[in-house]
Amino acid sequence: MNEHRIARRTALKLAGSAMFTSFGGIQVLRAQPAPSSGAAQPRLIVVMLRGAMDGLSLVVPFGENVYYQSRSTIAIARPGEANGLLKLNNLFGLHPASAPLMPYWESRQLAFIHASGSPDPTRSHFDAQDYMESATPGRKSTPDGWLNRLSTVLAGPHSTPASQRLQAVNLGPTMPRIFAGEAEVASLSTGARALAKGALDRPELAQAFGQLYAGDDRLSQVVHEASATRGEIMGNLASDEPAADQGALSLNGLPQDTARLARLMVRDKRVRLAFVAVGGWDTHAGQGGAQGQLSNRFSLLAQSLDALAKGLGDDLNRTTIVVMSEFGRTVRQNGTNGTDHGHGNVAWVMGGGVKGGQVLGQWPGLDTASLYEGRDLAITTDFREIIAQVLEQKFRLADKQLAHVLPGMEQRKRLALFA
Amino acid sequence: MIDRRRLLQASVAAFGGASPVLSAFAAPARGGLDPTSQAAHVLNRLGFGPRPGDLDTVSRDPQAWIEQQLAPQQLALPASLTARLNETQFTGGDPIAPVREFIALLQDRLAAAKFAQSAQTMQPGQAVAAAPGAAAQAGQPNGPVAQYVRGFQLPAIESRLFRALESPRQLQEVMVDFWFNHFNVYQNKNFMRVLVGHYEHSAIRPHALGRFRDLLGATAHHPAMLYYLDNWTSVGPQGEARGRGLNENYARELMELHTLGVDAGYSQQDVTQLARMLTGWTIVPPRRPLAAGPLARMARSGNGGAMPGFLFNERMHDAGEKTWLGHRIAPNGQAEGEYALDVLASHPATAHHIAYKLAQYFVSDQPDPALVERLASEFQKHDGQIVAVLRALFASDAFWSPANRGAKFKTPYHYALSTLRAGGYTVDGAQPLANFLGAEGMPLFGCLTPDGYKNTEAAWLNPDGVGKRFDFAAQVANHRLGREQLTGGLAARDLMDQLGPLVTPATRELVARKSEEAPVVAVAMVLAGPGMMRR
Repeated sequence: MNEHRIARRTALKLAGSAMFTSFGGIQVLRAQPAPSSGAAQPRLIVVMLRGAMDGLSLVVPFGENVYYQSRSTIAIARPGEANGLLKLNNLFGLHPASAPLMPYWESRQLAFIHASGSPDPTRSHFDAQDYMESATPGRKSTPDGWLNRLSTVLAGPHSTPASQRLQAVNLGPTMPRIFAGEAEVASLSTGARALAKGALDRPELAQAFGQLYAGDDRLSQVVHEASATRGEIMGNLASDEPAADQGALSLNGLPQDTARLARLMVRDKRVRLAFVAVGGWDTHAGQGGAQGQLSNRFSLLAQSLDALAKGLGDDLNRTTIVVMSEFGRTVRQNGTNGTDHGHGNVAWVMGGGVKGGQVLGQWPGLDTASLYEGRDLAITTDFREIIAQVLEQKFRLADKQLAHVLPGMEQRKRLALFA
Repeated sequence: MIDRRRLLQASVAAFGGASPVLSAFAAPARGGLDPTSQAAHVLNRLGFGPRPGDLDTVSRDPQAWIEQQLAPQQLALPASLTARLNETQFTGGDPIAPVREFIALLQDRLAAAKFAQSAQTMQPGQAVAAAPGAAAQAGQPNGPVAQYVRGFQLPAIESRLFRALESPRQLQEVMVDFWFNHFNVYQNKNFMRVLVGHYEHSAIRPHALGRFRDLLGATAHHPAMLYYLDNWTSVGPQGEARGRGLNENYARELMELHTLGVDAGYSQQDVTQLARMLTGWTIVPPRRPLAAGPLARMARSGNGGAMPGFLFNERMHDAGEKTWLGHRIAPNGQAEGEYALDVLASHPATAHHIAYKLAQYFVSDQPDPALVERLASEFQKHDGQIVAVLRALFASDAFWSPANRGAKFKTPYHYALSTLRAGGYTVDGAQPLANFLGAEGMPLFGCLTPDGYKNTEAAWLNPDGVGKRFDFAAQVANHRLGREQLTGGLAARDLMDQLGPLVTPATRELVARKSEEAPVVAVAMVLAGPGMMRR
């Protein structure tokens, strides 16, 4: 095992240094020994819904009359009624557009954590996202993101860029706050042309550009990683990218993108952390009910998560998918058939070992006295507790490591997230 | 950090008289910089990088060039540029007319789609009702809706990109980019695509180097902003009978993003109260002809010379008393909102917020607090005159400090424009360039969220992004961009001459070796070199 690991590191280092002269990501990849199948390493995929997803429309407390009183035109009908909710239990139902998630609920691979979120009171999207990504609510000066800190911890003290290559993967062309920091993060292109051949796939150009960035400055490091990871990702994926990807542009490529991420993770066991951002949740006006703007978004998200989970196949058992959004939306609908910025929200976790088929956490209720500042769902579970559970139970992080990734969580109310 | 001086010496040694570094007119040294390096710095920061000849011209008197940029109306636009611009539909005129037309076309299309759909078997659980935006996107690429939208979208993109590439008023183009992001709107929200060009030309561009209060007012009245942040639909308590009421989206972002900044200490109450003050600020209804009736009278009254398409609808306004930021607001109709804009524009927190953003855009990702304070005080002293603040910024030590030169990692927007400018390339159509920006995660007019695009290294330096820049450089060096053929361009040696200190000595050496055997690769190397990635 040890020997094997060293061999892999050396191979990677060699691959790294030789890359620009004989740029052959495919060969590099195939030369890699398959990781041992015995000790399957845990993995984490974080899906961030930017813009404050209306959790009260996704996991709906249909057992509360206040819900229907507060949302006269946008409420989702009770289970069993026309266009009604998919029943989860006697209090909650799932938005019908999220039907692709139901099999995971039924197979107990999906748990919701309601009334969760960030303890910071801000209703600014940008501050709240920042806090959720730094995992230091209320503190803006934190330089790095928690997923990057986790990557550093997983890589261990003696890691090199080559040894941690492809350990962390970001989906899309912009690097999110959650991945800011010291650890290298690879990026997987999105869209129909994600795997189209580019300059870095042409040896002459790759070599020429590589020479320009031979230094050890930050930019050179990133270029180096770009070249190395590009070849390896292409090697993993290009040969059997579904034909649909090559030709017609799809309207919404997210399910394709998450399926591609899943394929990469199945084929390259080095990938342990991934991040996916999904925008378009800021439904201030005309959000709709069982159908409409928000429903379309839920449908797309559910299809994308389904594509991700299906793509992972058996690997889903050792993967945890965490879905969260920066805050929830007002309990009462506003004057324009939408909802404004709120506080508590629903988060969810999919994957192996999850106490699935349950809505976890404490439900504070929707009567005015129970609401945060008299208008929003209160928070009874800190979002960091959800992450902490994954890190403790799945990644087996020691207390000190956990404190590094999630500072200030020594005293916490525990949530039994895994069976 | 690149030492420009050493670089220059190297370039002089390597290229002698061919290099434009020796200038006849000595400008006062800025941060110990020779004139060519000064020129490179200001062309990169006040503009989108040098075009062939620029370094030579500007280095004769960098200070004079800065002053010209601060008074752009004196610089004539070349006829070759104006001949390619198609902006008349964006200036003046009624921005609501195209919205009305768009909706009519869409209704025709939806009716047709409904008919077609009724013939198909429905899938269980499938969402039927498509939002108008989605419907338009789903429409056939050459359908009447798409074609109509294209007639607005393409000229808007071309106007922005052609001007940035070719206008001598570079600072104005830079400030259009800055303020558009500051007051961002998103074109893919329903009919925003026929409004975004008008928004840029009627609200942003005329005030890009004007007075902040005017800029704020123009954006606040423009139908694009009113629609994007939902204020057009926000109603006072009288709407309750019809299930209508307040929407606080715009009120919040107006304070958080446009003026005070998130840490200025206002409360949720202040957001709600400001939203009440702004009720009735709406758009001329696009769905019905306004031949007669009270709305038509209101629309025709001109609302005090406000933006075309803007309507203050007193019947939507919350006539109650409000308390906002500690001020008691007596009921006063539209004037309540105008008063709010006055208070916000002259608030010290706004001065600080704008100063910080300008310093971050023009100097460094984490600007020096002392510089921000200084710019904030200029902002207040000069009643929010943007030119005064910029003049102080460009004269500051921080702007010229060696630590801050070349410290800004270019956004994809800056990178693409500066690459094309470097070789004097001309694009016939702007679409391939817009496609590149989209692939890089920075689609023009396509930032979904109201905070606009970031301009920091943390946001844009990543493997995927860098790989795409290399693709771009390789294509451009090959005189191509997507399917488009590019004209212009220089051989690697000439290109390096024209870029002077923006080519590092190491790049210079590598390119010199390459230029004989592989001249196109050599050009690509210059364009993709480290000196071109930063500004």
